[in-house]
Parts: sequence; C-alpha cells; structure tokens
Amino acid sequence: MPRSRFPLVLLTLALGGAAQAATTITIATVNNPDMVTMQKLTPEFNKKYPDINVKWVVLPENELRQKITLDVASGAGSFDIATVGVYEVPIWAKNGWLDPLTPLFQKNPSIAASYKLNDILPSVRGALTVNGQLYAVPFYAESSMTFYNKDLFKKAGLTMPQNPTWQQIQTFASKIHNPSQGVYGICLRGLPGWGENMAFITTMVNTFGGRWYDQNWRAQLNTPAWKNALTFYVNTLKKYGPPGATSNGFTENLTLMSQGKCGMWVDATVAAGFLSDPSSSKIVNSVGFANAPVGPGTPRGSNWFWSWNLAIPKSTKKEDAAFKFLTWATSPEYINLVAKTKGTWAAVPPGTRTSTYTNPNYKKAAGAFSNIVLSSINRADVTRPTKDPVPYTGIQYVSIPQFQALGTRVGQIMAGALSGQTSIDQALKQGQDEANRVAREAGYQK
Amino acid sequence: MTTVPASRTVSDRHRWRNILLTLLTYLIALAFLFPLVWMILNAFKTEAQAFATPPVFFFTPILDNFQRALPTYLPALRNSLIAALGSTLLAFILGLPAAFALAVYPTRRAQGVLTWMLSTKFMPAVGVIVPLFLLFRNLGLLDTLPGLILMYTTMNLPLVVWMMHSYMSEIPFAIYEAAKVDGASVAQEFFGIALPLSMPGIAATALLALIFAWNEVFFALNLTSADAAPLSVFIGEFKTSQGLFWAQLSAAATLTVLPVLVFGWIAQRQLVRGLSFGAVK
Amino acid sequence: MTTAQSLPTTTTRVPPAPKRGIRLTPAALIWPAMLYLILTTQVPFFMTVYYSFFRYNLVDPTSRPFIGLENYQNLLTDPQNLRILLNTVVLAGGTLILTLIIGGALALLLNRNFLGRALLRTLLISSFLVMPIVTAVIWKNMLLSPTSGLFAWVSQSFGQAPVDWLGQHPMLSVIMMITWEWTPFAALILLTGLQSLPDDQIEAARLDGASPWQEFQHIVLPHWMQAIQVVVLMETIALLQVYGEIYGSTSGGPGIATTNLPYFIYQKAFAEYNIGLASAAGVLTVIFTNILAVYLLRLISRTTASNRGG
Repeated sequence: MPRSRFPLVLLTLALGGAAQAATTITIATVNNPDMVTMQKLTPEFNKKYPDINVKWVVLPENELRQKITLDVASGAGSFDIATVGVYEVPIWAKNGWLDPLTPLFQKNPSIAASYKLNDILPSVRGALTVNGQLYAVPFYAESSMTFYNKDLFKKAGLTMPQNPTWQQIQTFASKIHNPSQGVYGICLRGLPGWGENMAFITTMVNTFGGRWYDQNWRAQLNTPAWKNALTFYVNTLKKYGPPGATSNGFTENLTLMSQGKCGMWVDATVAAGFLSDPSSSKIVNSVGFANAPVGPGTPRGSNWFWSWNLAIPKSTKKEDAAFKFLTWATSPEYINLVAKTKGTWAAVPPGTRTSTYTNPNYKKAAGAFSNIVLSSINRADVTRPTKDPVPYTGIQYVSIPQFQALGTRVGQIMAGALSGQTSIDQALKQGQDEANRVAREAGYQK
Repeated sequence: MTTVPASRTVSDRHRWRNILLTLLTYLIALAFLFPLVWMILNAFKTEAQAFATPPVFFFTPILDNFQRALPTYLPALRNSLIAALGSTLLAFILGLPAAFALAVYPTRRAQGVLTWMLSTKFMPAVGVIVPLFLLFRNLGLLDTLPGLILMYTTMNLPLVVWMMHSYMSEIPFAIYEAAKVDGASVAQEFFGIALPLSMPGIAATALLALIFAWNEVFFALNLTSADAAPLSVFIGEFKTSQGLFWAQLSAAATLTVLPVLVFGWIAQRQLVRGLSFGAVK
Repeated sequence: MTTAQSLPTTTTRVPPAPKRGIRLTPAALIWPAMLYLILTTQVPFFMTVYYSFFRYNLVDPTSRPFIGLENYQNLLTDPQNLRILLNTVVLAGGTLILTLIIGGALALLLNRNFLGRALLRTLLISSFLVMPIVTAVIWKNMLLSPTSGLFAWVSQSFGQAPVDWLGQHPMLSVIMMITWEWTPFAALILLTGLQSLPDDQIEAARLDGASPWQEFQHIVLPHWMQAIQVVVLMETIALLQVYGEIYGSTSGGPGIATTNLPYFIYQKAFAEYNIGLASAAGVLTVIFTNILAVYLLRLISRTTASNRGG
C-alpha cells in the first residue's frame, strides 16, 4: 500500500543526513539572481569537494541582513558563511565578528595560487581590507547606471545621451509614459529599506548637492538640496512611474523592466547582465545603457558603489570548509563555470576581477555595457561622496553601525512621502529629527 | 442537526426569496474561496501565464512548478511534521493529567488555574522574543527542532488543558464515584475511565494543536534559519514578489496549505468546539 | 503497564484494588503543566523586564549601561508611537467588526436548508486554515498588485484606473486580508450558536406576527450573545498579535501606516537591534494586552460557568 510507505520515506529523509561523515556548512545569502545561480551550482562544488555538504538560507535582502546581523552580533553561530555588504565589512571587522582571511590564504598556498587575489579590482579589495587584513572576498561588485528601452525611445522619437541629466530623464519619461498600454515612463525604487529606496535616494541627494551630515555630525535633511531632490523624485515617480511604486525594490523593477513595461530604470549595474539574458528578459535586443543621471549639484556621488561579499563569521567552527567554498565561489574558475552553464558570458558575476574585463569573450557578450560598468565602479569614490566634505565614507550609505536602523526608518518615512501618506516637508522634518537623534545617541555630536 | 421551521407556506414569492438567498450564500462562499482557487490554478501555469494581464483562465496544466519546489519543500515539510507532531505529543503528556485533575477534583482554585493558563496566550510572542533568542543561543537550541517543539508546546498547552478539561467534565461523575467506591487509584481512574471516554475529544484537540503548530510563523522565522526551518520559513523565502516566479510561489504555497486544508475539512465540526476553547459546543 | 488498561467503559465491572505504589495526587498532576508554562513564559518575560532598563544595542557590543526608565520615557514621549497604538487598535477592532458582520450574515444564511449546504459549510473554513504568510503573498502579488494583480484587471475591465491598494490604502488592505482569514471562524462559531436556538421560540414569534427584524432583535441576538463573546475574546487574542500578514505584505509601511505593536517591536529588535527599547515596548505591550485580557476573561469565565450550570 503506497500510503504506508509515506512515513518510511520521511524516515529515510531524516536519516539521510546522518549516513555520510561529511562537514555541513550553512551559507546565508540574498535571493538575487546571481546568488541563486551560485546555489544551483552547488553540485559543481561537490565535484571538487565531495566531503562538504552545503546548506542554503536564501532570503530577501532586508530579512537576510537582519538575520545575519542578529546571529553574528549575538555569536549564535548559525552560519558558516555570511553574505555581507561592503557597508558591513569594516564595521563588523572592527567589532571582531569576522575571521580575517589573510592568514587563511597563507595557510592554503595552493588555493591562493589559483585564486589570484591580485586579479580582484584594487578599489574593491581596498573596501574589504581593514588594517592590512582582508575580511571578505567579493562575489560581485556594482555601481548604478541608467537602463532604457530603445524601442520605446524610438517610438517617442528620443535619443538617450551617454551622460544624461536628471532633468532630461524626467522629460523623456513624460514623453514615454502611457499607462493605458501598460507602459510607464520610468521605474525607480520605492520599497523601504536602507539598501533599497535609500540607496537610490541618497545618490540623488548627493548629485543635487546634499549630504546626510556636515563635518560636526549635524543632520542636513532640512537643507534645500534634500527638499529639491525628494520633490523631484516623488513628482517623477508619481507622474511617470508605475502604480504601487512603494512595493518596488530592485527585483520588482527588474521584472517590470525585463517585461518591457518601463521606458527607463536607474539602478544597479548588475542588472545589465540580467536584462541581456534571454532566459529571463523580453527586451534583450532593445535594452540600452547609459551612465547614471547627474543632478544640478555635482557629478560626485551620482552613482553608488556596492559589493556583495562572502565572509566567515567568528562564531563558526568549520572555518576550513567555509574557506574552501568561499574561495571557490569567487574564483576565476567559477566565473568560467557560470559562463559555460548559462551559455552566455553576459551572465557572469561582474565588477570583481580585471581578468573578466580583459576577457575577449566577456567583451563580446557584454560589450554594450561592460565599459560603463567598469568606469562607473572606478569612478565611484567612497571617500569623497558629496559636494561638501563629510565626516563619513560611503556613497549611498553612512559608514556608522547605526545607519542600518536610521536608513530603514528614513526609508519608511520616504515611502510614506511617495505614497502621499505624509507631505514632503513633514517627511524631511521627521528624517532630520531621526538623523540628529542617532548622531546624538551614538555620541558623534559633541 | 438543522432547524427548519416546520410550517412553510410555499408561496411563489417565498420560493423566489429562498432561491435568491441560496444564490447569495453561494456567492459569498465562492468569494471567500476564490483566492485559494486562484492560487491553486496559478500553480499549474507557466510563469508567463501566471503573470499575464488579462489573467489566463484556460490553459494546459503543467507540473513543472511542483517539481521545482519539491527539493526545498521536502526538508521543510519534514521539519514542520516533526515540530507539529512533537509539540502536540508533549502538550498532551503535560496537559492531559492536568486537565483530568482540574475536571475530576475541582477545587476552588481550578478556575483560577485555567484562567491563568489561558492568560499566557495573551503574552505577545514578540514581547519575549529577544530573551528567548538569547536563551536559545546559550542553550544551543537555535535552529533546532527541539527548540521549536519547546515553543510550540508553550503555545498549545493552554489549548489542550482547556479543551480536554471541557471534554472530561462531561463524563458523568457517577462513573468516577463508582470506581472510587471500589478502591480505584487515581491512575486507574485516569487510564481506565477518563482517557478512553474522552478519545473523540483527544482527536479533535490534537488536530487543532497540529494545525496551530503547522501555521506558526513568528517563532519559526526568528528562531530557525536552515536546519530546522519549517514550511512557514520556506514560504517566507518567496516573500519579495519576484514577479518572475509567481507560478512557483503558488505551487509552493499550495503544497504548504493543502495538508491542513484536508484535515480541516474532515474535522470541521470538532474544530469549532476547539477554536472556542470548549465554550461553544 | 497497569491492569487498568483493559478496563471496559461501564461501571458494572470494577478495577481490582490498587497495589501500593506512587501516590498520584491531583496537585501532582497539575504541576508539570504549570511548571512548564511558568518556565517558558514567565522567565523570558522577567528577562525582558530586566533588559528594558538598559541601553543595549547589538551593533554596539562595547557597552551596556543601566539607564533606568529612559527607554520607557523615549517610547511614551515619541508622538509617532501613539499612531502605532492606534494602528494596533484599528487593525484589531476593524477586523473584529467586519468578521462579526460578515460572519453573522453567513451564519444566518447557512442556517437555512438548501442544496449543498454541508459542502459549503465544510469548504468555508478553508481560508481560516491558510498560513498567514501564504495569505500575505497571495494577496500582495496575485490580487492586489496594481500592475499584474487580479483586482487591477477587474477595475481596468470596468474602465477604471487600477488601485494601488498597498500604497494608497495599506491599512484597509491588511484588514481585508485578515478579515478573509477570520470570517470563517466567526461564521462557524455563530452558526453553532444559532443551531442551539430552540425552534419553538421562533415559531411563537412568527405566530405573533413578528417581522424578521424583530425576530432577530428579540430572539436571535440575545441567544447569540455567548457565541459573540467567544468570537470577541478569541479574535482579540489573535488580532492583537497579528504579525505574519504584515511581515509578508507591507512590512509595516508605507511610512508607519500598517505598523502595529508586534511589528514595531520586531523592527526595533530585529532591524535596529535596539534590544533595550524593544524590551521596554514588549513590557508595555504585555501590560496593555493583560488589562484587556482580564476584562475579557471575566466575560468568558462567566459564560463557561453558565455553560456548565449543572
């Protein structure tokens, strides 16, 4: 009887894990398409290291951050590899939450030889190094840029310049916007979160001439630059954006754009590969690329810098197995593997290795955007992100531990302004109070 | 038991009114069922069909989404089953004797005990989640099934005591009296009389406890990550509306909801009594 | 293994006299359950009270100073928190009223004799059994999404612009979801209450020529009171703790439009790592819920007592 077999099946499932004497490592990562690919390639890793089992925890960005931070900060040790952003690496390294990788590379010369640390872009490596010790390796790095739909531009009789201004972008959006046909002028992030809408809004504020704090850690959200930037953002998105923008983060906008529903989209450069991938994008032949738009204030800080990296939390007991996976998943060999399994070089994790950008295959496949990506990453200067000097580093974030909480709070407030729940003035006042409170409580303001 | 007023003058107007009321009943019921039906339909579509506007109502069903969801679904299913069954069992081991004592030897404090137990349900889980997280970390219970079973037992124990107390109070007192006269011990009363006579109640209560543990979200999300992650966490991983994966999401959700639905349909009458903690029979 | 296991369930045959062994007293039967609940609920609660007096943030592992009542002061003086309290009450109250009205109507409709009644009754419980997170993802994506959701398509078919439900009417959207989940519960409890109504009362009223409304007002409603109280109590317990539906759909936004107390504490603790403040908010929530609970519990212990009036 088949019914009586069911518990048996469960039993074998339960015992299956105990049958092999292997190390099992748990990896926490974001549900971005690149990481999902990494998860799918686990069998390839097992060909090389059959004695290491890999368990995955794949979550949306906001949830992932919360889970990892809580876990690492409390030393719970649920994860052997954590996916951490460039914002966290220096802070966590200073807190003593991460294992330095430099000694591990010295301990495993054969891995170090094939891994070629010097191949990783210097700017990216620098951002992950604290006191001469490397604390994480980059899985992919990104800046931000403008994507547009050539068909829709042609229909409206428009051409996109290589270096557009925000004013031009708004004009284009108004000409393309046609909601009755399901076409929206521009798609931008509205989903609350310091790594979602605030990453984008902060680059806009930068290029409109604003900043989060002045040199004395006084909050600057009550300045005209913030008001102009936010008014421009809310108006553009309300008039020429898709409905329900407050629920749209990177993933949602990627879907809308790849379905051909957006005229333009300003977001992470990593999307260029996805939009060029026939298996997920309907606009492979009509997607165009340009630099991130510049506002009236300064070109500085108009495009962000971000990398997702793999790091080993201090609390792990399986350092060696973790190190093997992390060096495999960020190796030149892995990049070749993705190109082979995906059938296109355009889909490889970008922004990390010089060898990727000198590879003729990559140039051929990603030629349309690879130069913009590389120059954007090189141009993004985390140490001088704004028009006026600031006491922090980071383009689309402020490099203090409290920024996660602050950015998330202000992100919620900005989403409220976008959906019309609060006025722009009110939102900025709330944000200003919030930013000042954080700087005061953390002891930055004297 | 249905109650139909006996004297019915079947006039035409009456009949029409009846037909209209029946139609209205069907309409409201269908409106409540529709989101689930839609979810199940989407599970059998391609991603493009699931995402299409205007929506696709007629299509060739495919099973790909289920196949794709299965590898991650099975471990989560295993965890959900173990956590639900384990916590229900533990809640019964602790709760049955207590319910028996409260029902058969009522003291003045019995009502107080019952009320206090119910009041623990008023403790918002989120109010104690932080110390729980830290306690679990220190005891090595984070992301383990025993940890989950521990919390689900806390959640279901008051329910078991209340429900079983209500069932055991219905056993005629004379039966216990007679046994006492013959010198039966407490254990004999419990195993010989109370347990066999309240079997239907045990089944209904167990079912309810299983469903509550199965659907629990908060503890699961915050106290597990991989090894012990039950189905609620598995669905949570689909949270961001990755429009490209609606069909897969629907398949995963269908797999998650279906076992509970079938149970609920079978035992719907007992559920009502359980849901009201035995106050409505 | 006791001999009592093979006992028949009648009083005629009697178990043999007990052998001397462990004496089980009623108190010994109750204590394991009591002890378990005390350990798993009271210990964490007192830890929460303890943490609430400290400035304790996980991202700052260096210091954890004692600050007395400062966390409470911050909570009670921030005007935004009044809105969160209000959200909690609106969400629970709004859903409660809606489920009572729709559930009551359904109960009255299902109490008639018609074809397929048993089937409908059985199917009706479905939405109550759905996991909150599943509810949230189904509604957020497949129904409410303004670009590809079903509701958007319906309004477009009628030539209307699609409504951005979660952006423009976030609270209403969340209340709709939770009403969808809880209406079957209310309907079934109220239906059970209705079915214990003696026929002859209705008959007598009809013979006296009472209108349907009078019938409802003077006979059905008073009889329903107990069932309504049960619905109110049980739903209040559940609705004050709504979390999964918000987590899966709006994440408390836009702004703080759908942030209720549980979600607020979750954000403080798990997104801002502010353990001290979250603990203080937790303590206040427990106090607030318990005040409400004491009042409602009095109701239900009255009803169960009258129920068992024997």
